[in-house]
Amino acid sequence: MSVKFTKDHEWVAVEGDIATIGISAFAAEQLGDVVYVELPAVGKNFNQGDAMAVVESVKAASDVYAPVSGEIVEVNDALVDAPQIVNECGIGPEGWFVKMKLSDQSQLDALMDLAAYKIFVES
Amino acid sequence: MENTTSGAKGLLQKTELLFEYGRLDVSGVDVAPIANPQVRLGNMKRQQNPQLPGLTEPEAVRHYVRLSQRNYAIDLGMFPLGSCTMKHNPRLNEAMARLAGFADIHPLQPQSTVQGALELMHELSFWLTTLTGMQAVALSPKAGAHGEQCGMLAIRAALDANGQQHRRRVLVPKSAHGTNPATAAQCGFSVDEIGQTANGRVDFADFYAKLGDDVAAVMITNPNTCGLFEPQIKEIADAIHAAGGYFYCDGANFNAIVGKVKIAELGVDAMHINLHKTFSTPHGGGGPGSGPTVLSAALAPFAPVPLVVKTANGFELVENASGEAEQAFGRMVAFHGQMGMYVRALAYMLSHGSDGLKQVAEDAVLNANYILASLKDVMSPAFEGYCMHEALFDDSFLEGTGVTTLDFAKAMIDEGFHPMTMYFPLVVHGAMLIEPTETESKNTLDGFIASMRALAVAAKSNDISKFDHAPHLAPSKRLDEVMAARKPVLKYV
Repeated sequence: MSVKFTKDHEWVAVEGDIATIGISAFAAEQLGDVVYVELPAVGKNFNQGDAMAVVESVKAASDVYAPVSGEIVEVNDALVDAPQIVNECGIGPEGWFVKMKLSDQSQLDALMDLAAYKIFVES
Repeated sequence: MENTTSGAKGLLQKTELLFEYGRLDVSGVDVAPIANPQVRLGNMKRQQNPQLPGLTEPEAVRHYVRLSQRNYAIDLGMFPLGSCTMKHNPRLNEAMARLAGFADIHPLQPQSTVQGALELMHELSFWLTTLTGMQAVALSPKAGAHGEQCGMLAIRAALDANGQQHRRRVLVPKSAHGTNPATAAQCGFSVDEIGQTANGRVDFADFYAKLGDDVAAVMITNPNTCGLFEPQIKEIADAIHAAGGYFYCDGANFNAIVGKVKIAELGVDAMHINLHKTFSTPHGGGGPGSGPTVLSAALAPFAPVPLVVKTANGFELVENASGEAEQAFGRMVAFHGQMGMYVRALAYMLSHGSDGLKQVAEDAVLNANYILASLKDVMSPAFEGYCMHEALFDDSFLEGTGVTTLDFAKAMIDEGFHPMTMYFPLVVHGAMLIEPTETESKNTLDGFIASMRALAVAAKSNDISKFDHAPHLAPSKRLDEVMAARKPVLKYV
């Protein structure tokens, strides 16, 4: 399973044609304590770059963008009740936001791998 | 000595919730029992007493006075909250607002009996349009964001009247007040973000690239939320007009340019004016706000009712979309807006005069630059050069100290100051936005600067005792705002 990152600090882990999506530990740290997460409805379609979820911290509210195009097949309802999970395990198995059925695998090619994302964050 | 028997700390009284303090069998008023009450509510009849806390009149009065003494106010000390223009509220304004002809009137009174109030609204409209060089003003919006909505609805009405219904995209810079994209979305537009240059201004190339024949408007704050003047404002206006869109200017920072710039000459089509900022009417809990919106000739026909017009028979309110208000897009409020704020704002304008208002802007900018210059060796200005009416710092001077912008702000409370605006604008890391306004004396500014310098030096020398869990001296200690946001308790029982 490969993990890719976007310039907007989302991560996407792909298994078959299902992409699991969350926000990076760096993004969670920058936001500060997350107090609210709004997730999309299952079955909704997004194009790459569309705002698909909202994450709100004591400092700011921010959109989470779809790193790839596809249909939402599952959302992590646990985040709605316990948004602190985003801070505690950004990239861990519990911190995911949505699972999406990919409509275009080739979109993954243009995303950054972990090494490239680290360089991007540090620059 | 830690505890007293009464729970008071000297002159700071114990303050309980009304529900803790009140008793069900007590009332501040004596109401005679009703003989043979006729209940016509059927099964909707209330089954039990509403369980409201009962208080005597002095208990009720003291409750609110005690709460007020645990709070901060512009009448207590400097309130350097950036983007808010927390200036002194002159007492002359209060005296004028309490004149019976302004204070003791009702919006449904016959117009012949409120000619003085209507004349004041007419006069205020004259001065707001004169100061801005704009064609018309809608007085009624009740706050800044409400004024934004008024301006954007006027733009939408103009687009629709001109067969431009396909224009539904609004360009908003990254550094904008959050209300700008929210207003655009609320008015049925989609929002497209414009980037920012390294020196804190709108990225003109990015703006230009995002123009198109679906663009309805651009919304820009000038001076912007970084406290910097947008030098390309006229080019932006010309470009949006050439592309067939309108220019909405967020007037939140008008205090920096009032009396200096006629915003009509910048190509603005609509701008709200926060009377409660630039024109000194109370806000921040002392409210209410008032956000009249000035409109260009292109948008003036769509201004919402009511309008005050002068006729041979005196002043009249135009309440319906007919006659000269035929194209009005509707109305923003049920009645006529914040009369008390109109009186205060006009009193402020007339007591300053045009030369005085110009000096307001000059002194506001001078005070902010005095703070910037006095703190830049110990704190880190977000951008190089002079600022306008507010000084913006980032948190790079705190790097490695373990102290955050939030800690710094809380330590200011112990120093007796309201904190600056923090973490806004979002484009600056750990932002601290300080707006002193023109009404603070050099003495007050020097006291503020001394406190800020001492805090910055303490943080840098790793003396974090002032910051850890601050505030230490305030009536309430550090509140758990994360828990408050995650699990808000909105009722007592």
